[in-house]
Parts: sequence; C-alpha cells; structure tokens
Amino acid sequence: MTAPFYVAPEQMMQDRADYARKGIARGRAMVACTYDQGILLCAENPSRMLRKISEIYDRIAFAGVGKYNEFDQLRIAGVRHADLKGFSFSREDVDARSLANQYAQMLGQVFTHEMKPMEVEILVAEIGHDPAGDQLFHILYDGTLVDENGWCVLGGEAEAIGSRMKEQWVEGGTFAEALQAAVGALAGPDRTLVVSEIEVAVLDREGPRRAFRRVEDEDVTSVLGSNDTNIDT
Amino acid sequence: MTLPSFRLSEDPGPDFAALVRRMGLSPVVPDSPVDARLTITHGTTCVAVRYPGGVVMAGDRRATSGNFISHRTIEKVFPADRHSGVAIAGAAGPAIEMVRLFQLQLEHYEKVEGAPLSLEGKANQLSQMVRNHLPAAMQGLAVVPIFAGFDTARSAGRLFQYDVTGGRYEEFDHASTGSGQMHASTVIKMGWRGTLSADETIDLVLRALYEASDEDSATGGPDLLRGIFPVVATITSSGFERLDDEDLEARYLSILGQVATERGGSR
Repeated sequence: MTAPFYVAPEQMMQDRADYARKGIARGRAMVACTYDQGILLCAENPSRMLRKISEIYDRIAFAGVGKYNEFDQLRIAGVRHADLKGFSFSREDVDARSLANQYAQMLGQVFTHEMKPMEVEILVAEIGHDPAGDQLFHILYDGTLVDENGWCVLGGEAEAIGSRMKEQWVEGGTFAEALQAAVGALAGPDRTLVVSEIEVAVLDREGPRRAFRRVEDEDVTSVLGSNDTNIDT
Repeated sequence: MTLPSFRLSEDPGPDFAALVRRMGLSPVVPDSPVDARLTITHGTTCVAVRYPGGVVMAGDRRATSGNFISHRTIEKVFPADRHSGVAIAGAAGPAIEMVRLFQLQLEHYEKVEGAPLSLEGKANQLSQMVRNHLPAAMQGLAVVPIFAGFDTARSAGRLFQYDVTGGRYEEFDHASTGSGQMHASTVIKMGWRGTLSADETIDLVLRALYEASDEDSATGGPDLLRGIFPVVATITSSGFERLDDEDLEARYLSILGQVATERGGSR
C-alpha cells in the first residue's frame, strides 16, 4: 500500500480557490446597484434563454456568475427554500439574510468537503420598503458572505469593473443613471456592449407584490440612447 | 429551514406540491368520516360566467357549520395568478388550503421554469389536486372548485368545472358550484346570451347569487347593514381584477329596487 502524498491544508485550500476563481473568471461579469426606486441587476449575457438573473420571491432576486449549471442549481434550491418557508409560515417571513446564510453554508460545505468547489459567485438581493432596507448579499465560491453597500460586482475582472462603478454610481440616482453606470462599468473604456447581450432586471420598491421585473431590450435601448453602450467612458 | 437538495432521481422538478410532500408538510388524511363527530365549516355558492372579453367570477361570503352561520365574510374567489382565478365550495379549511397550494404551485412553476404554465396546464394541475384530495373527500371533506382564466394564447376567457374525483370539464357559457348552485345556474341560464357585455354579465352574476341566497340558507345574500357583498372579479387580458364594494353596493341597490318593483310589494 502506498501512502498518499502529504499536502498541506493551506496548499489544498489555495488550489481549490485558484480552481474556482479560474472557472469564474472564464464567464462574464454582472453588476447590481441600488437606485431611488429599487435595485438594478445588470449582467453581460449573450444568451436570451439561459438567465443569470432571476426571481426568488416577492422582494428577493438572485444572480449568479460562473458555471451555469451550478448556479442554476443554487437558484432552484433558493426558490424551493423561499416558497416552502412562505408556505409553512407567512410571505413576510421570507428574507434574503436567512437565504444568503443558507447559501453560504452550502457553498462552504462544498468547498471544503467535495471533490471540486463550485465555480460560482452569487448575489441575493432584497428590496426594502425604504432605501435603508435594501440588501445585497454577495456570496463567494468558498462560502464567504459579504453584505455589500449600494452596489456590487460579481465575476472576473471584478476589481476593474468595481473601480469604474465607484466613479460612476451615485447613491439615490434614477434608474437611467444606475443603468448607465452599470453598463458603462461592465463595458469599460475600450469596449461597447450590444443591448442584446445585456440582461437587465429590477426589483421595484413600489409596485405589485412580486417586485421582480425583467427590463425589455427596447427600454434598455431608450435609456442608453443608441444600440450600443459607448457612453461617457 | 435548510436549503432543500435532492438526488437527481428524486428531484421534484417544478412541482411544488411534490416538494411539499417530500418535505413531509402534507396534511394527514383522516381515516374515518369526520362529519360524525365534528361539524365542519362549509363554503357555498360560486359561479363563473364567460363573456366575449373574458370571465366574471363570483362567490357569496357565508360559511356555515351545520345550522350555524360560522362566518359572514369568508372569501371563496381567489386570484390563482395574474390571468386566472379559482373559486371553491365545500369544506372551507381544506378548500382554502388547496387554493393556497394551487397559487404557489403556479408561481413556483413559473419561477423554476422561467415561464408560466399554459391555461390548460393550470386547469390540469388543479384537477390533480382535487383527485389527490379524494381520500379526504370520502371522509366528508369534499372540495369542488371552479377554475377560470384568460387564455393569452387564444385571447379568450375559458372556464373549467370539476367534480370531487378530479374530473375536469370545460364549460363554454357558465359554471357553478356549491349548495346554491342549482338556483344560481338557473338564473344565469335564463339571462345568459353570448353577446353580454362585462357590465351586464356582472349584474347577471349578482342577480344569480341574490336568488341563490333567497332559496338556499347556506348562501349569504348582500348584507347592506354590515356592508358585506359577494367577491366579484373579472378576468380579462389585463388580468384578474376584483370589483370594489362601493360598485357592488350600487349594483345591488338597483337590483333590489328592480326585485321590489317586479314583485309589486304584495305578500
């Protein structure tokens, strides 16, 4: 019998983290930010059918970047968790914080115990009844849970996109300002994004019970002015 | 509550009712008739009528336990989702629970799959729920719903009647359920024409519920003293919309005026 090679735990965690980060960096990024009337979620996504952003519950949305099948599995688990909780207790008892904690637990568990970590970064956003109640929970591949303030970036090149976002996003701005900032940050100075390659959705503060709404291409175009996004970058 | 996760072979897919069963949250079916020992609260008359723009759905507000009026303001007509509604008659507790599960079933499917069910699909889902409820119905807890919706694919209102075994029957003019159904449907049958407007259909439905309450003690009439009126909703291309009580009060006052004139006040 041959003894297995000794691998230092630090090295093992480092390898797993590198593996996950590489997987995530292969996909395209997404940005979420608050605006006066809600929360904007904006992702670079060439597919019309395989969504990165979706609805979890009345006031909660989900976004994922990285490996589609893995974050979609997490999305469905989240919908099940929320619907079961609302069914057993009441609709008001479903909250983003508890869901984000569950996700963090699950991702942490997979990161340390499974063969391979999940190559995903996810966001759980909840719209409050006033701007102070807006919540953005950013969960990393290893289960790290970050409570973000105002805006957050998921995916590869997060730092570069984040620094552009920091410059362009204004607190309490309008939907148009938020969308311009988000798309500008995703595109960067040397690139233009086509409207058909951006997936946009919002959580509306005032509106029907189910606050999640996808923003159609025409509405995105009308905000961005033309068919591309070469705006003040 | 933890995140539900399943092995691939055991995954319930977009079926919320199956998920609820798998999580052990389904109600227990009684093993003997419950009517013998307990008096169960019952909901009564509901009707749905088609007109060219969609469907009008309505239900009275009374719940009875045997001879008692147990509630005066119970609601039996509910939105199922944006473009459909469900009305129930029968044992009130299981019926309302069935509606809750049905509403969630449709929403859950839409969220998991990313697209809503077809109207036909929704009608079939409800049929399965009624069928699954049959063991409880056999013990005296029958639930008989009506399902109506605006079929966006066909641009027309459609309505479905059920029986206690889950049998699903599409109706083309009107459907009714509950203890006052015979009286209500007779009124509708006499007054129904294929060309009625939304307004005329609503008045016809209100008259039908009024006549049902006049003949059937388990059906509640308009209560002008307390301001309690039936739940009436239209389901059209713009979705499920409930009529407000002021509107219903005005309509009932004119119906009652009409009834008084017709009967001439003699005893």
